[in-house]
Amino acid sequence: MTATIDEAPEAQAPKNKRNKAALLGRSPQDTPAGAFNYILLGFILLVGAWPIYWAGIMSTWKEDKLFQAGAPQATPGPYFQFNWDIMTVKIREQGYPAYDNVQFVQSFFNSVIVVAVVVTATLFFCSLAGFAFAKLKFKGRDPLFYFVVLTLTIPAQLGIVGAYQIMDTLGWVDTLLAVTVPALVSAFGVFYMRQFIEDAIPDEIIESARVDGATTFRVFWEIVVPTVRPAMGVLGLITAVNAWNEYQWALVAVGGSDAQTIGPALHNLRVGNTPKNSIVLTGSFLASLPLIALLAVAGRQIVRGIMEGAVKT
Amino acid sequence: MSASSVSAEQADATGTDRARKKGPKSSIWARFDHVVVPYILISPFFILFVAFGIFPIVYSALVSFQTFRSETLTFPSGNSEVLYTERWVGLENYQKVLTNWDFTQALLNTLGLFVFSAIPQLMFALVLASLLNRRLRAQSLFRIGILIPYITPIVASSLVFVTFFSEQYGQANWLLGLFGFEHESGIGGSAQVLDGIDWRAERWSSWLAIIIMINWKWTGYNALLYLAAMQSIPKDVYEAAALDGASAWKQLWSITVPMIRPMVIFTVVLSTIGSLQLFAEPVLLDEDPSSGEGGGLRHLWRTVAQLIWYTGWGDPKDFGYAGAMSWVLFVVVVLLAGFNAFVSNKIGGRK
Repeated sequence: MTATIDEAPEAQAPKNKRNKAALLGRSPQDTPAGAFNYILLGFILLVGAWPIYWAGIMSTWKEDKLFQAGAPQATPGPYFQFNWDIMTVKIREQGYPAYDNVQFVQSFFNSVIVVAVVVTATLFFCSLAGFAFAKLKFKGRDPLFYFVVLTLTIPAQLGIVGAYQIMDTLGWVDTLLAVTVPALVSAFGVFYMRQFIEDAIPDEIIESARVDGATTFRVFWEIVVPTVRPAMGVLGLITAVNAWNEYQWALVAVGGSDAQTIGPALHNLRVGNTPKNSIVLTGSFLASLPLIALLAVAGRQIVRGIMEGAVKT
Repeated sequence: MSASSVSAEQADATGTDRARKKGPKSSIWARFDHVVVPYILISPFFILFVAFGIFPIVYSALVSFQTFRSETLTFPSGNSEVLYTERWVGLENYQKVLTNWDFTQALLNTLGLFVFSAIPQLMFALVLASLLNRRLRAQSLFRIGILIPYITPIVASSLVFVTFFSEQYGQANWLLGLFGFEHESGIGGSAQVLDGIDWRAERWSSWLAIIIMINWKWTGYNALLYLAAMQSIPKDVYEAAALDGASAWKQLWSITVPMIRPMVIFTVVLSTIGSLQLFAEPVLLDEDPSSGEGGGLRHLWRTVAQLIWYTGWGDPKDFGYAGAMSWVLFVVVVLLAGFNAFVSNKIGGRK
């Protein structure tokens, strides 16, 4: 790039780096960030993380620390076990509602099941469809693909009344089927896998495999799947985040039942009971933990997925 | 294509020569494989989309032309009974939607919250993206960190924020108190002076609370989208700009922003879709969402999604009315998305 031009003036006038950089026509991403830049970013990170951090702190205190005069409590206390026992109805205490309709542990594991099934199915179906749209020739391929993209702009929520009636007719209300089956494949997933497969696999490889007598399914298993594994990882993570965070549909479809997922469980923690905020925050913090852990472990892939998915649009 | 040129070469060596000589097999199975299998591969999406995407919307329309409700009647004896009503009523529900203040108010709230949350959100995202679009130490850490709000379950984060907006000892009011904001709470003898403001008392303050929640949640995500677009701007564009002696700030506004215009339009469309479904934040802001019908005492911040929920899943459950609302909302979504794309194009087009 412009490395040779960049170095020299920086050495001469290190104080006025950024403006010099602009004068020299260095692109922003090649311009080193200044201290002000770091301070602002640090502040933004703090604001982003504070609510969850504080919820974690509050899961270790009783209500009195939650609403205290002056600065908020920022260090942990000894009451986590107490809050947990109240929330999961291991103990009942004067002044606390009985959280029978929350079933935190069961709801948590229901969500784990839903996420596992939805992610597996989404990866399978979306990469199959993405492969077909990217590499196979069939009548109506392009219009059908545009249709898939168009469906991205329809808010699912518009059909919520009809969807509930249909689920009711099928007898799926208050079962895990209601929150699982509609999410087994996503338009975004099809779109994302198609873009990835299009770029990642040369037509020649597929042609030669076909000449050797490989069927479409074999091409899929032996060529496509191994190649698109990174993209599947990214799509799986984003799908998992969305499935875990499902709220409104889960609330009407399985809220309050044995098939309740974590979203409606948190809702009932507050709405279905007299709010006791230390308990509400204990639940909120614990429900966020799996995703925070996921972000810590696979943050790079999630970032990449969002950024790549966007540029290819 | 160039991404895997190595494997392309391998393919050339092993495959394509033979491809030219042999040609495709022509058994019935091979024809099936070529003609039918592609449709089988894409069928799961279309089957599920028709069953749980289109059919529900159509079904909502059917329901919307009926009185389709169930309500619990409680008799003086103490017994109660659920009364179902199902009959065709034509456009009656639509007439109700368009003439009742409920829906109009909810729609205005939704649109207002959309405008006042989307604009700052996209501005903040732009600034954040340009902060990230530098040569940074610990670059991944910052990019991952700003996603914390995005991955937090929306119910969880809203529940935390709701405590921030508590009238007494909420963190928002503690902060405002540091800057000298005070308000009077209660009447008569129990009146007292508290820090900050009563967030749920006025339209502007309740809206502000919701706008803060939305901005907190989505700014980082949108910033990543902008960052992705910024990084695909060819670097020589900036070199050319050097001739004009553009400052960093001017660079942002006169080069970066116009170059990422398609992404700006994309995010505007995304936030339009998202805002019209606004549900969790307004529902949970209510002090007691299970009583009343949402959005505070005068439904100051009740959105359409919330109204549909209270109508269809409250008591009585009036699915016909809720279905009609969904359809009117659908029309608004389509109009608004079109209008949005048009305006974004116009604004950007002037550059």
